[in-house]
Amino acid sequence: MADGELLIRNGVVYDPINGVKGEKKDICIRDGKIVESVTNPKVIDAEGRVVMPGGVDIHSHIAGGKVNSGRLMRPEDGRKGLEAKTSVCRLQSGYSVPNTFATGYRYAKMGYTFVMEAAMPPLAARHTHEEMIDIPILDNAALPLIDNNWMTMEYVKSGDMDLLAAYVAWIIKATKGFGVKIVNPGGTEAWAWGKNCDLNDSVPYFDVTPAEIIKGLAEANEKFEMPHSIHVHTNMLGHPGNFEVTKDTYDLVKGVKPSKDRQVMHTTHTQFHSYGGTNWGDFESKADAIAGYINQNDHATIDIGSIILGDTTTMTADGPMEYSLYQITGRKWTNLDVELETGSGITPFLYSGKSPVNTIQWAIGQELALLVKDPWKIALTTDHPNAGPFIGYPIIISMLMSKKRRDESAEDMHKVIFDRAELPSIDREYDLNEIAIITRGMTAKALGLHEHGKGHLGVGADADVAIYDMSPEERDAGKIQKAFLNTKYTIKAGEIVVKDGEVVATPPGRTIFVTPECDQKLTDEMLVTLKDKFDKYYSVTFNNYPVQDAYLPNPYEIKAPMRG
Amino acid sequence: MVEITDVVCSLCGCVCDDIVLEVENNQVTKIKRGACSVGKSKLLGHERIKSPMIRENGELKECSYDEAIKKAAEILYKSRRPLLYGWSSTVCEADSAGIELAEDIGGVVDNTATVCHGPSVLAIQDVGIPSCTLGEIKNRADLIIYWGANPAQAHANHMKRYSYVSKGYWTAEGKKGKKLVVVDVRKTMTSKMADVFIQVEQGKDYQVFSALRAILRGHEDVVPDKVAGVPKAQLLEVANMVKEAKFGITFFGMGVTQAGARHNNIVNAIQFTRAAHLHGKWSIMPMRGHYNVTGFNQVCTWQTGFPFSVDLSRGYAWYNPGETSSTDLLYREDCDAALIIASDPGAHFPGAALRHLAKIPVIQIDPYANPTTEFADVVIPAAISGIECEGGVYRMDNIPIRLRKILDTDYYVPDEEIVERIHAEVRALREKEGE
Repeated sequence: MADGELLIRNGVVYDPINGVKGEKKDICIRDGKIVESVTNPKVIDAEGRVVMPGGVDIHSHIAGGKVNSGRLMRPEDGRKGLEAKTSVCRLQSGYSVPNTFATGYRYAKMGYTFVMEAAMPPLAARHTHEEMIDIPILDNAALPLIDNNWMTMEYVKSGDMDLLAAYVAWIIKATKGFGVKIVNPGGTEAWAWGKNCDLNDSVPYFDVTPAEIIKGLAEANEKFEMPHSIHVHTNMLGHPGNFEVTKDTYDLVKGVKPSKDRQVMHTTHTQFHSYGGTNWGDFESKADAIAGYINQNDHATIDIGSIILGDTTTMTADGPMEYSLYQITGRKWTNLDVELETGSGITPFLYSGKSPVNTIQWAIGQELALLVKDPWKIALTTDHPNAGPFIGYPIIISMLMSKKRRDESAEDMHKVIFDRAELPSIDREYDLNEIAIITRGMTAKALGLHEHGKGHLGVGADADVAIYDMSPEERDAGKIQKAFLNTKYTIKAGEIVVKDGEVVATPPGRTIFVTPECDQKLTDEMLVTLKDKFDKYYSVTFNNYPVQDAYLPNPYEIKAPMRG
Repeated sequence: MVEITDVVCSLCGCVCDDIVLEVENNQVTKIKRGACSVGKSKLLGHERIKSPMIRENGELKECSYDEAIKKAAEILYKSRRPLLYGWSSTVCEADSAGIELAEDIGGVVDNTATVCHGPSVLAIQDVGIPSCTLGEIKNRADLIIYWGANPAQAHANHMKRYSYVSKGYWTAEGKKGKKLVVVDVRKTMTSKMADVFIQVEQGKDYQVFSALRAILRGHEDVVPDKVAGVPKAQLLEVANMVKEAKFGITFFGMGVTQAGARHNNIVNAIQFTRAAHLHGKWSIMPMRGHYNVTGFNQVCTWQTGFPFSVDLSRGYAWYNPGETSSTDLLYREDCDAALIIASDPGAHFPGAALRHLAKIPVIQIDPYANPTTEFADVVIPAAISGIECEGGVYRMDNIPIRLRKILDTDYYVPDEEIVERIHAEVRALREKEGE
């Protein structure tokens, strides 16, 4: 946090959480926070430029075991992003799997100041935190994977929802995590035997269905005043015809009452879950069906997981899906199943505009953003690096803002885009207020971080600000893309960290973690079962399992009381 | 007397974390449970370097930490091409400090993988690796293969805690419900326990992997009667065991990584695993040696993008094993100073590499004297990680575990702090020069 005062003068401010839609306005900063007024500030002249709160990424894979396995497996990707150290910055490497330093710098240059690591295997949580320590500038948090977990599945089967809540609370605390992540529930446990699960299949040996797991975890999550809802990667990712599974998944939690004013389910990288057809030959977009559902219902939010054309590194706790992808491409494939909890797979992938399937995928992400009417229900992501690296965000922003650019791009894609996707017929263009919503306002709210100073510029908020070198009237897609790639200024906690597109300071970020406060009696009862699991089945001891305080040098705790 | 539980062993890649021991008067007096004989010996303590030393006129003379650290900084500051090698028997925090130092002085940073499982890393970069955590094997595996590895002696707790002898969810009967296959060039303590022992001719593992792959993919007709000394009947027998297994694992050791076709052996081992995966669930895992050799590769990868043998002289990371690996640099007489930490190249590097290492100024950081001490010019004793100081390490299956501090030391300094103090001295020298 920087000492002293800063005044951002005459910028055109987009602060959707506070209803500010492109107003010429001064922003006052003192001691790392937004304040009412300042007396003797350093002045930044933002005359005519676009000013927004620091970006908040709701879903990105930036730290931990599978990200690092991706780096290790792909020196060819590492070599794509080599940059020498400077007097300010450590060395950089990588494109789709950048090193930790580059991750912080490149996000900050785009005006982002918070990123959610979207999948933390609990047993390897220390690894995720160790890498987050080495990501400069960004505030961060991580979502532990709790769905293919034996404790979870056994409690769902026995119907002990209070004990399930006690376990969910314990594991979020033990991993210094942020919320409940669900990835191909049941499917990854089945993958430990080389199999997979659809939404209503029975998980081998556990006699529960993915649908039951999702509903159970949603209920457990809402027993606490959790800032975030369950965060779901639904079953059958990447399969033609999976849009029905996606819609059925939304329906599962329709009756669950949220403990706070937010969604009860966030489903992620929805592009991968909006597929029609029965095989790769008749594959088609069903973005309209998914967007239609989201438009008609208020309990679910989504992020788009939009494709960036080119080579990337796919990685997910959805082990069977990565195996399927590897069988299609025959490229390198890494897998790491994690005892009693989860798994992961990693394989490189090339998204080509010449491929009909990739072309339709490319269209779907943008269609979702354009067909969901209320931008407060949708977030911009690429599921970095799965649909493409995060540094492609400015490309998507320019697409959403420019019908002309979309039309020009469609001309270069496979002609299937005109038959089996809707994108060419959509006229809608995002304005800057809507861009601000899907990149900071909505994401901060869906994560509950707006109550902790993120995603807005109201008095008392964190002084995280992005100043883009563009006028609000700019309509040239190329110029928009350029402006969103490298800010004029990025300010983090009141300190200028990027100036004229260059990183000028690298303060450490904070790790935000949630402490669900569970009833002690329930916890004690749950611990009897859990300790038995450690004695018999885990390969580490109960006492060596929780993440030690040493792994969070800059912690920020959010307490989540249990509801009465 | 105090009993301490959940002590984590800082010896080998097994990183056993269920050790119970007794401490009295700041000394470990008894190991009650958990450690193997080698681990016990480390925990109970043995002869170590008593003081920092600087070599003068051929003799190591005792000095203060400050003097040794200053001398080390001078050597590194003057060096045009320093090598910073080792990093496998220390914690990630020290590795991180070392990479930052190497980046700042434009050195080459490399760990013991370069003469150990480096070829495994190269194979993973070629084809990836399907693997799992050790607990998965404990709970599920019904067929275990040790190939070019002798855990009964080198990783003494491995079979008991994680594989053949362990009991888990679907393996409640321990070894009763499991099969063990051992492949090696000679009979070992491990091979004596095996259901099937394949004795392969020295350096010909590649052929055996290929033959098994062919059989598993339905091409047994192309396999000759004998492959690398192994009868076809025995290969068919093992292939059948593989086909029938529900959950299989191949553990491989340096008998495969450092013999014959080296990294190509491992590529073939991984392809064998993929062929086996067509019949059941199969994984493969290197038997990593030092307790944190895996951790250095992890830290180096997330910080530089590359796992080992990273040349930082250009300001960015240049990774080119064969050019930038320690032994190759030394063969070419390409480095003019070396910092050796938490490892012993004196015992493990080839002669031609050692000849150059003995000629250049060498700084050694280690709790214990070893053959490298014989030619080191500055010797800095370190606190023992996992006994006198804590820190993060990665088990052979990439699971991070935190070492505990169980004894106090008012004298020995942790590796991380030694490296950071050397770095601070280097910066001071640079500033002085700049004046």
